[in-house]
Amino acid sequence: MGSRGAWVAMAVLLGGLPLVFDSVLSLGILNQMLIAVLFALSYNTLLGQGGLLSFGHAVYFGLGGYVAAHAMRLSELGSLSLPLVLLPLAGAAGGLLAALLLGSVSTRRGGTAFTMISLGLGELLAASALILVAFFGGEAGISADRTAGPPLLGVSFARETQVYYHAAVWVFLGALCLAAFRQTPAGRLAMAVRDNPLRAQCLGCNAARVRLLCLLVAGTCAGLAGALFAIHNEIITAQALGTANAGQVLLMCFLGGTGYFLGPVIGAVLLTLCTALLSGWTTLSTLYLGLLFVGCVMFLPGGLSHLLVQLHARWRRGMLAALALPLARCALPSAALLLSGVLLLELAAREGEALHVMGLALQAETVWSWLGLTALASVATLLLRRELPALQAAWQGSDAQGNRQVGP
Amino acid sequence: MADALLFATLNGLVTGLLLFMLASGVTLIFSMMGVLNFAHASFYMLGAYFAFSLSQLLGFWPALLLAPLLTGVLGALVERYGLRQVHRHGPVAELVFTFGLAFVIEELVQLFWGRATQDFRVPALLDFPLFTLFGQDFPAWRAFMLLLSLGIFAGLYAGLTRTRYGLILRAAITHPQTVANLGHNVPRIFMLAFGVGTGLAGLAGVIAGPVLGTWPGMAASLGSLVFVIVVIGGLGSLTGAFVAALLIGLLQSWAIASSVGMADVLALLGLSFPPEHPLRDLWRLTLPQVAPLLPYLLLVLMLLLRPAGLAGTRED
Repeated sequence: MGSRGAWVAMAVLLGGLPLVFDSVLSLGILNQMLIAVLFALSYNTLLGQGGLLSFGHAVYFGLGGYVAAHAMRLSELGSLSLPLVLLPLAGAAGGLLAALLLGSVSTRRGGTAFTMISLGLGELLAASALILVAFFGGEAGISADRTAGPPLLGVSFARETQVYYHAAVWVFLGALCLAAFRQTPAGRLAMAVRDNPLRAQCLGCNAARVRLLCLLVAGTCAGLAGALFAIHNEIITAQALGTANAGQVLLMCFLGGTGYFLGPVIGAVLLTLCTALLSGWTTLSTLYLGLLFVGCVMFLPGGLSHLLVQLHARWRRGMLAALALPLARCALPSAALLLSGVLLLELAAREGEALHVMGLALQAETVWSWLGLTALASVATLLLRRELPALQAAWQGSDAQGNRQVGP
Repeated sequence: MADALLFATLNGLVTGLLLFMLASGVTLIFSMMGVLNFAHASFYMLGAYFAFSLSQLLGFWPALLLAPLLTGVLGALVERYGLRQVHRHGPVAELVFTFGLAFVIEELVQLFWGRATQDFRVPALLDFPLFTLFGQDFPAWRAFMLLLSLGIFAGLYAGLTRTRYGLILRAAITHPQTVANLGHNVPRIFMLAFGVGTGLAGLAGVIAGPVLGTWPGMAASLGSLVFVIVVIGGLGSLTGAFVAALLIGLLQSWAIASSVGMADVLALLGLSFPPEHPLRDLWRLTLPQVAPLLPYLLLVLMLLLRPAGLAGTRED
């Protein structure tokens, strides 16, 4: 399988990244990525492995973060002497406890009922966070100083690199646990319950208990990720609990694909990177992410990981060459469509100031820039409509020997 | 006390009927396609924004007619070119698609109309207090909302049970194959029903926009509530949704109008807690404070005690 090699490579990559990207800014982004990766992996334990679509997974993330923030705060006040390296364990315990409490209610049934009750519980917690000020800190949240705890081996976590390596070790361990869980009999049972709950039950498996176990594992790792989030930002607010955060992790999983273990990792890395990069030059980054999400659900239901696996299968059969020409013919119109679409949206968002693209100054007030962009978009759409069937045919034709699956 | 109760009841009825206008569409769409439309409240928001822009151009009354139509057409297009495409990928993908759509619509609304609350006002014709009781005004607009939503409920009920189209639709929900074999275009029926559902949501937005505020968060503020109603009422049951919507509207309205708090309960029991107790927030809770939580508590209770909902027969 070579999966051991992959883990070693991953460890080396995690260790080496800060040597290349050593600025405070990029280390911060790397840190966010790590946290997102663990959160997405834990979410996919529910969605991909257990078949449970949850809209309230941020609850476990947030509660883990709150527990860690409170523990940090207690260290700051001197009433608790817990080294920072052990704080994520407190967060994981918080996530586990929350999953035990809420999961005993929500996992009794799967499917839509689970989805709805997870949404209800998520909203309930997010709304109570603003009422129960003593624990959640109201609008301001709970802030704490991560350097206040006793230093371990002289490391005080004042520097960004130290925080990164700390997070990297925990995320690596968390991912290892989640991957191991997939191989355990209980983890396999979760997949059985996902695929056919009735049959699993007839074979003597208690589906509700398997679902609860799945949620416990996912909740613990989400709590761990939440604790890392609290340590990284030194503050946690009710936003971390909210549905927006839950939607974000859903987006990561769908973008990367829920069918493979590495799918959410790809999604989390890409999305964090996109958010960080896009927010620099556009105010519409959330809109683009939303459109990307909808497009992904519509045209790429298996996510990027599924696409990569399919491409790899074609490459091994030597069939990529047949795809090259139709792909190349589609590339220009797609790029033009993307460009004109983005420019149209940007133009709509701008008032007064001109949009400078490739030496052109597009004004939102003049009709010509709108007309020109719309014309470009229409031509690109027409061309794409003409070229796309060839690509689809080539894609499906190259699949003739393999499994018949839905192409992009 | 009596006056507060009366007004709370009236306001609760208005909210409940408004929620029903949204919940009826969600229920209808769920019965048809087995998908919970997360973006339904976004169409409600679009209705309000369309009506706001149209009323500046044409005046309020044409906007009241045109905005829901526009929303309905948009909804039908979403079904035709979006949801139908995703249907092949299974129910989870459909749910997630509508979730993403809600997200996109909210962002688009912010792009075109901005983040601020729009100055969408009650038309002058109905901007007067209908009656004054115990020194409190009841606005005519709320009465109009009440009447309109009651009319919609009656119309929807009659349309579904008494007309030919309603019969075909109901048959298509339970026996799509048979209806298709009888020569009806089932996908088109579903598309039209989706359009009607989203149009109703748009209408709810038009009449709610002036009182509840026309702002980008208006979809999110009602969206999850609508789901609570649909689940409490029983997935797929229109009557259940009606009862649940009224229940939640009244419950919230009564809770907000009341002044009971934990402190009173504790005083009644003769208990008291030190003010610096770690759980101090719990002892100070008041009913108006927890009013937004009540629907979700009710949902959790409902799913624990009677998972099929008030009137639902559908077990997962």
